[in-house]
Amino acid sequence: MKKMRKRVFLTAGYNTISMGTGRKEFNPKKQMPGLEHYLKQAGQASIAAIGGAHLIDECVVGNFMASRFNKQAHLGAFMPMIDEGLRYKPAVSTEGACASGGLALLIGMRSVLAETADMVLVIGVEVQNTVKAIYGADILAGAGWYSKRKEGHAYFFPGQFSNRAGAYFEKYGRDYARKGFAKWFAIAIENARLCPTAQEYENTVEDLEKLALTEPNPMFFTDHLTVFDCSKVSDGASSIVVASEEGLKKAGISLSETVEITGWSQLEEDITHEPDDLTIMSTMAEATKQALNTAGITINDLSTIETHDCFTIAGILSVEAIGFAKPGEGPTFVAEGHTSRNGKIPFNTTGGLIGWGHPTGASGVHMAVTIWEQMTAKAGKAQIEIPADRPYGMSINMGGDDKSLVAIVYRKPVH
Amino acid sequence: MNYNERLSNVAVLGAAGKMGSGIVLLTVIEMANRCLIEGKDPCEASLHAIDVSPSALNGLMKYLRTQVLKSAEKSTIQLRKWYSGNPALIENEEIINRYVMDVLSVVKPSTRMEAAWDAYVIFEAVSENPDLKVKLFSSINEHNPNQPWFLTNTSSIPIGELNKKAGLNGNIIGLHYYNPPAIQKLLEIITPAEINPHLVEFANQLAGNLQKTVVHANDVAGFIGNGFFMRDILFAVNETMRLTKEMSLPQALYVVDKVSRDYLVRPMGIFQLSDYVGIDVCVFIMAVMNERLTGENVQCSLFEQLMKQEVMGGQFADGNQKDGIFKYIKGQIVAVYDLNTKQYIELKAIADVGDSFLGPMPASWQPWKLAIKSRTREIMLQQYFDELKQMQTTGAVLAKAYAINAKQIGQQLVRNGVAHKTDDVNTVMTTGFFHAFGPVNDYL
Repeated sequence: MKKMRKRVFLTAGYNTISMGTGRKEFNPKKQMPGLEHYLKQAGQASIAAIGGAHLIDECVVGNFMASRFNKQAHLGAFMPMIDEGLRYKPAVSTEGACASGGLALLIGMRSVLAETADMVLVIGVEVQNTVKAIYGADILAGAGWYSKRKEGHAYFFPGQFSNRAGAYFEKYGRDYARKGFAKWFAIAIENARLCPTAQEYENTVEDLEKLALTEPNPMFFTDHLTVFDCSKVSDGASSIVVASEEGLKKAGISLSETVEITGWSQLEEDITHEPDDLTIMSTMAEATKQALNTAGITINDLSTIETHDCFTIAGILSVEAIGFAKPGEGPTFVAEGHTSRNGKIPFNTTGGLIGWGHPTGASGVHMAVTIWEQMTAKAGKAQIEIPADRPYGMSINMGGDDKSLVAIVYRKPVH
Repeated sequence: MNYNERLSNVAVLGAAGKMGSGIVLLTVIEMANRCLIEGKDPCEASLHAIDVSPSALNGLMKYLRTQVLKSAEKSTIQLRKWYSGNPALIENEEIINRYVMDVLSVVKPSTRMEAAWDAYVIFEAVSENPDLKVKLFSSINEHNPNQPWFLTNTSSIPIGELNKKAGLNGNIIGLHYYNPPAIQKLLEIITPAEINPHLVEFANQLAGNLQKTVVHANDVAGFIGNGFFMRDILFAVNETMRLTKEMSLPQALYVVDKVSRDYLVRPMGIFQLSDYVGIDVCVFIMAVMNERLTGENVQCSLFEQLMKQEVMGGQFADGNQKDGIFKYIKGQIVAVYDLNTKQYIELKAIADVGDSFLGPMPASWQPWKLAIKSRTREIMLQQYFDELKQMQTTGAVLAKAYAINAKQIGQQLVRNGVAHKTDDVNTVMTTGFFHAFGPVNDYL
């Protein structure tokens, strides 16, 4: 990627509740709020924060499978529903499986870089609890290659990552790896308990690691993973505004209310190819490398990371892909607490996909909102310290099994 | 003929009833699964669902569709393997829908008894009427050239007697499912003295495949489940009548029901359970037992009077509780029947007086719902009974007498050769009746 031709900022982030099992309000037997509710709630909050829809030049919606979960396509046309001020303005929707939200951010950034917009409203949304998990698995399997669906597991993606876990167990030891998984889960839930919008906010389990070490039961789920290794089935939306300096000025927003995007990468791997090595997420490794390079920093400059822990094994493999641990040493790095909020490099400070939730198409935007909150001291009880000598954060949003990657580097803006 | 061949043609009598529909569900899933395991099309098997009521059969088909779908959604991992050879079925939803279709295609609803004439196995779940059962069995046996096997769901009539009267040459066994059969784990298998050993083998294999908790009972009227339950009712009614010397009948019914539920840590009180089963059903079962057991009076005039006044309990087709000894709103007791005025009396006033009559609950008491979930259930129960032992409140005195009587019923079932061992009685009561502990214990 060439150097960014102008500065790009994010501001006015907002997350709805991640709704689903775990939340007291969730009742699958009742009609639950739909796409419209989440789009409105998130979009209106961001619009209010910048001072009105007249300041928005464009909208982008990230969404994976509303066409099946909600029998609804054409999400761009929902933008004017959020605010009349968006009527007759451009809006597009993006799809790249669970990286749809990350792609939406990139489209917004490109418009600002192309100087066709000064402020772009980016919303990620997914409402998945419209079907039972066994049917949701069919829908989410669309993130893989359909030709492989027949031979795949009933719970397709848990099956794919269970295979990764199995290969990892074989190479580095089952108990050793599962200890790392259990710690990843425990940290995710502990962080979620600090964030009122998190799906696991109300979780009261005492011994989280013991729970996570429940033996997998292949009769009912996968060979190597349990439900505690999985991200949640979630309904929710996240929104944020991508802005140029001019846009911020127009809206009267100071830089202290923003994060600046200093590097990013987006890349694809062939969906029809099996991974070369199940114990490595090579696309993610390449994406992080490129994003850090364009930002001109190393991992030692990062103070927090939001990574795509759709499964505990994905969390562990991402620690290795980013470069904090060598292959096979991820479980040790995690088990020693280095990814916890007080550790060397806090990961997923509001719980990530396992603790906060995973409204698939929204997750990429949610990551950006979380880092924006941390960098602008808006994270409430989940706030971590951002040291002055490490003013950077990074998000890694993944679609499918290491196929679509969006990595973004953020920094606290310098005046 | 092996197990799978036997299961290729089955009839269920009384198929649309409460018990019958559950038996159809379990059996048809087992039949279809056997075909799929062998790589055969389930359509090759037939289950003739026979019932007198066409509208009830419609209800049965609706029930089956819902339940088979639920079952398929829970076993999709297995189904994907069975249907792996069909390239047209890719998504879970396609496989689940196909399975539901395949299972339902096995069921042939019918109002005519002739449908059972070519079956190899006949499950029976008609009403608890010995003459009706004998008539059906002998007629089918006469017209069916396959020498079919009969598996009766009777909960009280001795199997040997049915065998003899219907002339079945030992081709009958008791398979007493508990309500609802699809959910209840317990299966009481009753083997009479004269029985085809292959039928016993078949019944055991079926029970195993259905993942039931099996208790083998001897062929004595009432078997273990009702042998216990009916005697428990008789004791409770006696206690109630004794209490009417100092209080009204509705008041006494409330008190004894509370003692049997709360103090005995059971999911329902004895009279609520009687309503659940049906007062009329209890009276029929007692009549069957009373005619066949010597030296024991198994009769309950209170229940007979209630039945005369058409106070019967039981359930509506949708599973909701009908009014009986108690009146129910959304499954909760709200009033108690008064035999004299033929009116229900609101619970509130009765409960206040009844509760103060019984006195405070022991401090270590926990309701059934918590007790069954407790990981230290035994320790908790021992503490509770230790405390109860020391207490002299009316509630404690009644509860101790109730528990001691329950233990005696259990021991008597073993002494009279109904149950092989007291553990079997305890299994029936904890599994079939969801009691938090077996009646034969050393807590007191």
